[in-house]
Amino acid sequence: MELKEKLIASFMAFENLVDVDAPVHDVRSEAIKEFEAQGFPSRRDEAWKYTSLNSILKHDYSVFPKKENRIDYNDIKKYFIHDIDTYKIVFVDGKYSSHLSETTHDGVDICLMSSALSKPKYRPVIENYFNKVATKDGLTSLNTAFSQEGAYIHIPKNKSVAKPIQIVHFSTGNESSLMLQPRNLIVVDENSHVQIIERHQSLTENPVLTNTVTEIFADKRAIVDYYKIQNDNENASLIDSTFINQKQESFASVHTFSFGGKLTRNNLNFYQNGERIDSTLKGATIIGNRQHVDHNTLVHHIEPNCESHQDYKGIFDDNATGVFNGKVLVNREAQKTNAFQANNNILIGDKASINTKPQLEIFADDVKCSHGCTIGQLDESAMFYLRSRGIPEKEAKALLMYAFSNNVLSSVKIPEIKQRITNIIAKKLGVNIGFDL
Amino acid sequence: MKYTEDDLREELKTKEYEYGFFTDIESDTFEPGLNEDVVRAISLKKNEPEWMTEWRLEAFRAWEKMEEPEWANVTYEKPDFQAISYYSAPNTKPKYDSLDEVDPQLLETFDKLGISLDEQKMLAGVAMDVVIDSVSVATTFKKSLDEKGIIFCSISEAIQEHPELVKKYIGTVVPRTDNFYAALNSAVFSDGSFCYIPKGVRCPMELSTYFRINQGGTGQFERTLLIADEDSYVSYLEGCTAPSRDENQMHAAVVELIAMDSAEIKYSTVQNWFPGTAEGKGGVFNFVTKRGICEDNAKISWTQVETGSAVTWKYPSCILKGDNSVGEFYSIAVTNHHQQADTGTKMIHLGKNTKSTIISKGISAGKAQNSYRGLVQIGPRAENARNFSECDSLLMGNDCGAHTFPYIEVKNKSAIIEHEATTSKIGEDQIFYCNQRGIDTEKAIALIVNGFSKEVLNKLPMEFAVEAQKLLEISLEGSVG
Repeated sequence: MELKEKLIASFMAFENLVDVDAPVHDVRSEAIKEFEAQGFPSRRDEAWKYTSLNSILKHDYSVFPKKENRIDYNDIKKYFIHDIDTYKIVFVDGKYSSHLSETTHDGVDICLMSSALSKPKYRPVIENYFNKVATKDGLTSLNTAFSQEGAYIHIPKNKSVAKPIQIVHFSTGNESSLMLQPRNLIVVDENSHVQIIERHQSLTENPVLTNTVTEIFADKRAIVDYYKIQNDNENASLIDSTFINQKQESFASVHTFSFGGKLTRNNLNFYQNGERIDSTLKGATIIGNRQHVDHNTLVHHIEPNCESHQDYKGIFDDNATGVFNGKVLVNREAQKTNAFQANNNILIGDKASINTKPQLEIFADDVKCSHGCTIGQLDESAMFYLRSRGIPEKEAKALLMYAFSNNVLSSVKIPEIKQRITNIIAKKLGVNIGFDL
Repeated sequence: MKYTEDDLREELKTKEYEYGFFTDIESDTFEPGLNEDVVRAISLKKNEPEWMTEWRLEAFRAWEKMEEPEWANVTYEKPDFQAISYYSAPNTKPKYDSLDEVDPQLLETFDKLGISLDEQKMLAGVAMDVVIDSVSVATTFKKSLDEKGIIFCSISEAIQEHPELVKKYIGTVVPRTDNFYAALNSAVFSDGSFCYIPKGVRCPMELSTYFRINQGGTGQFERTLLIADEDSYVSYLEGCTAPSRDENQMHAAVVELIAMDSAEIKYSTVQNWFPGTAEGKGGVFNFVTKRGICEDNAKISWTQVETGSAVTWKYPSCILKGDNSVGEFYSIAVTNHHQQADTGTKMIHLGKNTKSTIISKGISAGKAQNSYRGLVQIGPRAENARNFSECDSLLMGNDCGAHTFPYIEVKNKSAIIEHEATTSKIGEDQIFYCNQRGIDTEKAIALIVNGFSKEVLNKLPMEFAVEAQKLLEISLEGSVG
């Protein structure tokens, strides 16, 4: 059976598992119809011109894991940022793992989507925010239809969350192939601050397809820092759709580090509903053998005096393919907008390829918008400089590549994440140096 | 009284199309509609050989199965292809040997356009193949071109006299099934220019064609085929002005350039079709397919100044097939009032050490929408390919839009690609700086726009640069936001 038919058929089984009387279920029913109508995107869709899902949709995915799986903390400790104290929301094969997690209701709500969807006390927040900024395209609708589990984070007014929050999804490989649909909702009220780290990790070589949707609402003067670490193994694919609705004077940044996975698609959408908003989108991609990473970004400038900064760096080895499809949309009212977009790529592999499409759509006249895009190789004179000082070729290359992506790392606010990313890069490039220049 | 920005804006708004006039020449026009019989009739009318008729019919059959493309960032009422008359030729035949024999009314038309043939002949040294409503009526300087072995004539003449060349090259760069408008053009093209530069010849003068749409309700389907043989050089100018009309007129041209080993083609266009009124009524639909192919060490350079047309859909492209070949694209697209332009280029790098440069300047005023859409593609075997692209947009007023859609596809690791785009308006500080130095606002804007477009204007041949500058002035005086 085609995956699409299977998913639609599974929806009925899914209805037996959830409370169909909850108001959110109407949203789900709407969404499954939407998915039925639209299906999975194909390369005929302009937004998917360079990314084909065919190779990952052919597996016979289990839509619901059959049983709960326990894993031991020591086996998976390395996937956490474990050297600092954090809140943790951990899922194993899509199911919440209470013994690995550390949640709280003390002044802030850092807990589960499933309880937020079912308990009446969260109803006002769910009604106001759930599925309000997510788009209605096929994949997002699919996630909405099966939305049940994920992280629910609500930070009330004037709170700064003391510790960063880690959202980690593990898949154990107990199923021969697994499809996950995590759904996160993050609501940050006025003057509040939160830092979130998200990671998806498969523990075996069995294929996993994660279709995750995250909605983030940043109210006035809120600060949201979001870090996505994508370093999954080579049979795991990820389709990540993140929607961020910002109100005036809020500051939101999303850093995406893509080093692993078979196919990774990041849909990152910012909507600036207020004045003097700042949005930052940064990404570093270092991939090799048969990997594919696609960054699809949108910054919609709706009101005046806002800024956005996009900076995506990519290094592609072997026969890796990279896609960058960035869009800056400036409404007529959004005067004095400053929007910057940069996409720099280095091709190392003989069969590596890159497709990039940085778009500007501008309807206001008093704006400063620019984008730049480059594709090139490592600087030979810089290589020579390093080599002539006794640095071996591999290390010299690694240093230059690290320096190339350093712009993205430099704005990471949590030093431990920076360190972790640095280690991952060193491992990825096969060198044993610390880069602490 | 002080001349303010508002006055300027008012003046700009009310500025009517300066070249809007209609020459009343009795025309031989087909009834509107399109079917195989019409295609056959066009072919018959032009006294074409059997293979050409078949070629057109095949294109027509392909066209019938095709859908009108909708991906471009333009909105317009689709033309009814059955309501267009597909052939219209001035009735004053046969051809003339000298200008004296030409219908004086026609000559007057040329005068109004500022392209008096006599003047052109004497001063500019330009050979003109003047096309009025699809049929060539005057060709000058033919003799001196003949001496060099250069063939420069209308395409219908070429079909009669050089069928082997036409047969060999037509449709090789833009296949009949390439796209909807190219297929339509292949089926019904009425006339156009044909040019062949033999081996090792450097064309001594700028070749030039003026196209005009004259007869109300007739679409004009030009076909240009330009072949530069090994080691040759040619600079070709194409320019157009069209009279004011209320119903939309359609223009679907195909231009094919073939640059053989070490040849160089420079193709310049000034396009000033009727853009429609300030209310967005009327105007020409311009759907053009232009493409050139470069063999080893060859070079094709496209330069265009687009100021007219209600809707423009145009992507002059280069296929850099040969090693060390070079493609260039320099463009200024100006849109005002309700004009819409979706224009850009495609640079397809296939050979080794190929280079391409794209400089695109978009200026948008009034309620216009201006899009740059470009593709830079580096094939897996295109070692050491190099591309530099720069797309700048200037916005004037708050009702217009500027859009950039660059596609970059690289499949070879040795490629070096740079792409850069900016969007901005004319800064108040820039105007202030000029005002301070005694330059009034209107002049200051002209100065700034000129500076903005200079990189492209500089690429135009002298004769065209003057006209282009004039056009820019008309379109853009004083719309500072």
